[in-house]
Amino acid sequence: MPDVQASVNELISKLKRRQVEGSHATAKETAILLRTVVSQHRGPNANQASSFIDAVKAVGSQLITANPVELAVGNIVRRVLHIIREEDLSLATTGIGGLSVSAGSDDDDETDRNGRLMLSAASVAAASRSALRAPSLHTLLEDLPDQSGSHHTSSSGGDSEGKSKSADKNSKSWKLKQSVIEAINELIEDIDNCHAQIAEQALEHIHQNEVILTLGRSRTVRQFLCEAKKKRSFQVFVAEGAPRYQGHVLAKELVAKDLQTTVITDSAVFAMISRVNMVIVGAHAIMANGGIIAPVGLNMVALAAKRHAVPFVVVAGSHKLCPLYPHNPEVLLNDLKSPSDLLDFGEFSDCMDYGSGNGAPLLHVVNPTFDYVPPQLVSLFITDTGGHNPSYMYRLIADYYSADDLVVQQQRFASRK
Amino acid sequence: MAQKKGGGSAKVADVADIQARDPLQAVLLADSFTQRFRPITLERPKVLLPLVNVPMIKYTLLWLESVGVEEVFVFCCAHAKQVTSYLENNGSFGSPSFKVTAIESNDSISAGDALRTIFERGVIKGDFVLISGDTVSNMSLTQALQEHKERRKKDPLAVMTMVIRQSKPSPITNQTRLGNDELVLVIDPESSQLLYYEEKAQHSRGVVSIDRTFLADRPAICIYNDKQDCFIDICSPEVLSLFTDNFDYQQLRRDFVKGLLMDEILGYKIFTHEIHSSYAARVDNFRSYDTIGKDILQRWTYPLLPDVLSNGNGLQVKVNRQGVYKASDVIQSRSAHIGPLSLVGEGTVIGDNSMIWNSVIGRGCTIGCNVSIENCYIWDSVTIQDKCKLRHAVVCDGVVLKTGAVLEPGVILSFKVIIGEGFVVPAYSKISLMTQPTKQDSDEELEYADSSTGAIDSPSSTGMENDSNGVFRSKSLDSPCWDASEVGVSGAGYLWLVGEGAHEEEWRQSVAPVPADKLKEFLRIHEDKKEVSSPTANVNPTSGESRHDSGSVDDDEDEKDDDAYFEREVEETFRRAVSDVPGVKLDNVILEVNALRLAYNMTVSDCAGALFHTVLKLGVESLSGTSRGLFLNAKEEIVKWKGLLKNYLQSEDDEVEVLLKFEEICLESLREYSPIFCSILQVLYDEEIVTEDAILKWASEKQGADESDKIFLKQCEGYIQTQKTAMFQTVTVS
Repeated sequence: MPDVQASVNELISKLKRRQVEGSHATAKETAILLRTVVSQHRGPNANQASSFIDAVKAVGSQLITANPVELAVGNIVRRVLHIIREEDLSLATTGIGGLSVSAGSDDDDETDRNGRLMLSAASVAAASRSALRAPSLHTLLEDLPDQSGSHHTSSSGGDSEGKSKSADKNSKSWKLKQSVIEAINELIEDIDNCHAQIAEQALEHIHQNEVILTLGRSRTVRQFLCEAKKKRSFQVFVAEGAPRYQGHVLAKELVAKDLQTTVITDSAVFAMISRVNMVIVGAHAIMANGGIIAPVGLNMVALAAKRHAVPFVVVAGSHKLCPLYPHNPEVLLNDLKSPSDLLDFGEFSDCMDYGSGNGAPLLHVVNPTFDYVPPQLVSLFITDTGGHNPSYMYRLIADYYSADDLVVQQQRFASRK
Repeated sequence: MAQKKGGGSAKVADVADIQARDPLQAVLLADSFTQRFRPITLERPKVLLPLVNVPMIKYTLLWLESVGVEEVFVFCCAHAKQVTSYLENNGSFGSPSFKVTAIESNDSISAGDALRTIFERGVIKGDFVLISGDTVSNMSLTQALQEHKERRKKDPLAVMTMVIRQSKPSPITNQTRLGNDELVLVIDPESSQLLYYEEKAQHSRGVVSIDRTFLADRPAICIYNDKQDCFIDICSPEVLSLFTDNFDYQQLRRDFVKGLLMDEILGYKIFTHEIHSSYAARVDNFRSYDTIGKDILQRWTYPLLPDVLSNGNGLQVKVNRQGVYKASDVIQSRSAHIGPLSLVGEGTVIGDNSMIWNSVIGRGCTIGCNVSIENCYIWDSVTIQDKCKLRHAVVCDGVVLKTGAVLEPGVILSFKVIIGEGFVVPAYSKISLMTQPTKQDSDEELEYADSSTGAIDSPSSTGMENDSNGVFRSKSLDSPCWDASEVGVSGAGYLWLVGEGAHEEEWRQSVAPVPADKLKEFLRIHEDKKEVSSPTANVNPTSGESRHDSGSVDDDEDEKDDDAYFEREVEETFRRAVSDVPGVKLDNVILEVNALRLAYNMTVSDCAGALFHTVLKLGVESLSGTSRGLFLNAKEEIVKWKGLLKNYLQSEDDEVEVLLKFEEICLESLREYSPIFCSILQVLYDEEIVTEDAILKWASEKQGADESDKIFLKQCEGYIQTQKTAMFQTVTVS
């Protein structure tokens, strides 16, 4: 697959050069690339799912190392891996049960599932579900009678199913690829639509004559506010978000939509917070414990909001949901950008003359991109699937990711050493 | 400020924009045509030397790729084989639209030759970026390129756009932070056209002469000394043909740029583009190697950073607090300390209690216990045994420092040198396994030696094929005849001698900071210059004070030393005493003059001279015309103030001093007295102000002087003769 390798290299160099910025764009590009990887993949017909998984993992780990700060890359890689596993399983169950279950069927289709439960293949399906997911509350209750019937550890379950399937015809493997690609297409669509889906919920949260505070610029926040503006009139305070001053851009965009906007400095947030009804911000990533990685300065805003008991609401698409914990050593929490955002190099060049003194630089300039906001400071998450408590995040993660895939990178390390 | 964030997206747009037009080409000179990095460059070309563990050429190529250049011609000269094999092995720089072509040449000895060769090939079709392979930058070229193209449309003579940035030179050493000499640029602020370019050398310090015609047709010009040349040029194809037309152009700046600026017939113009927030600098010498290395660790070159660039080859380098970069498989003892702004490469082992500050350490190094490393650049596979001390040194691949070796500031150890146990390498030494070329031609500015030492070049290129690391095995390894006084017992390497003239450059451009005593010296020179240039400011108040009544004082008497001030002060004190009260109190005058004497740290005889001078002046002021009248006046005054004068004439020497002073006065300020010198002398003697002994002494002192100085001596020759005989008589009588 030479042409795939070329496009993989292109994305890698783009990520390295930090030419793709923002988790939305990165997530989308990653998903599109992985779709080509899957569609171009020519593996052995036997055990096709695991060869897909290997291919995606190989590409995924390269992408993750290219820009380890951009957690969205890893999220999408893991989502795609999860999709492959799930599709493989559902195909296997339909193969055994002789049932035609639509490729995209998911747990939201309650009636379909109830129907299946009554059939002979029901126990297999339930086993596969429990094997795929960490036992969540409602699956536990629903599938209780069948749970005892089959005990699979997650990985061996997937593999054994794959092997049993190997006897099947060629059309089956074609079907798997087809359904995986379809599911990835859905994922891409989800990423595209997440802003709109989040914005739909705006009216439930923003009320007449409220004062909303935000920091920096987030596309999700902008759409959220604009959507609310259609029905309600309210005021927005925009903290400018030094040193990149994205807040200025957001203020311009909001004013273009006839929103009453006030720009303040980041340092004035505490002074203004007592007048604010709600803080709405975007995030770079949501961690598994419900903490967020967000543009620098947001921890300060969150603390100010906590102090004045103002709700701190985070709006983020589900592609930002990261299955890793912030204390994981593999997670790079921060990116230190060039100090030139803060200082003009020429003006300070005489402070950085290493030719005198003992040669050690006296002036250090640090320009971190992100803050970590702990879960206890976050009041509510609004994702494209609705509003959630920080403590509920691990549950969402269990729905989106498979526990096997959490360590995409670690495996590569082990094999190298 | 708002545009800054858009760096990434702007670059993407940049690429798309350029693709629509001609493909942008670049010429990369993979040879600096200087010898500043010798002896290291004898074995490896400069562009492949690691800067913060990444070969310099990689920074340049990555930058060229990111600004949308599609075709790069790498001009290799010294060690061309190594450069081309590096390009082959690392050719895949991501996007397929980025093409790197190597052009080899063995007979080019300057940038001019290189550009002529490229012109002959006829590969450059449109505007191109001219850059040297040791440039680190993250600037966006879009704006500069657009400016250049727009200017070209209006004026086809605008052949070049030069990138500059602000950088203040040190006021003390007059060099920039990159170790270059201060640069003087004259730029038209409206069109940003470059009018004058001069790297100020030491001798011409403080003086810049600028052609008057610059201002003839311009409302204003700006003269800068705080700009830095980034050595990134956007050139039109004419530049290449200009080099061919003027076959004597060798260097880009010294010959070409100055040549174009001087040339008024062809009228080619050079423009500048100043960058502010982004970074661009060229590794020109060891000082800039150090400075740029630290800039990279401080992340000014984002995203060309060790933690980003290292990803390609597997293991990850991570940034910890205080700018400590560490590869994930570094084995570091618990008691070892890695200080701020340091980088430790993959596979390196660091022993107990070792300390590392502000240093870059390469891959696969072994560092023993109790080692201290400060501000050093240590390349790959270096072994440093226990208790070594390194400060401000560059240590190349494969070097071994045995137990207790010490590297003083500014030391350069080339490939595979071994330093013996406990040996102290003196400051600014350069040690290499290669022998120093004995015949050094000053004109020859090659990175590698030519025919005279050509033998070195050939074995090294064959060595490369055997050695996968690209580390060279030199022939001389087989003949271990190292001098123990140069590298210690069981060491290996030759000490390179520094030429006399290069010594100055040595500390200016070394990795080590300017030594404290040099700085002090400069500070002193600096302050001296200040003092010399501003004494007029000090003079004015005192001279102004004395002006009101010193009509008789000639202007040329305005001597600029303390003596003059002292004399004035004394005169004024004295005059006040004279004019205030008719019966002046002598004691008060003495007191005041004494105080002045102490204040100006003068001797008693100086007071006497000054007072005598004033007395004579008083005589002139109450002048009645003829020399007879003058004599009478003077006599009157002398008699009147003899008490005062005598107070200061305690010894014979003082009296001689007064006589000398008198002579001086007659010659210079009060010429009226010169005809009556002898008579006044008589008066002084008669009034017992000077003794005969003093007069004789004065005469004998004057005996050896010039003919012109003896006018007065001759005048009173007769008188002195009588004095002598008189004295003789008194002696015989007694």
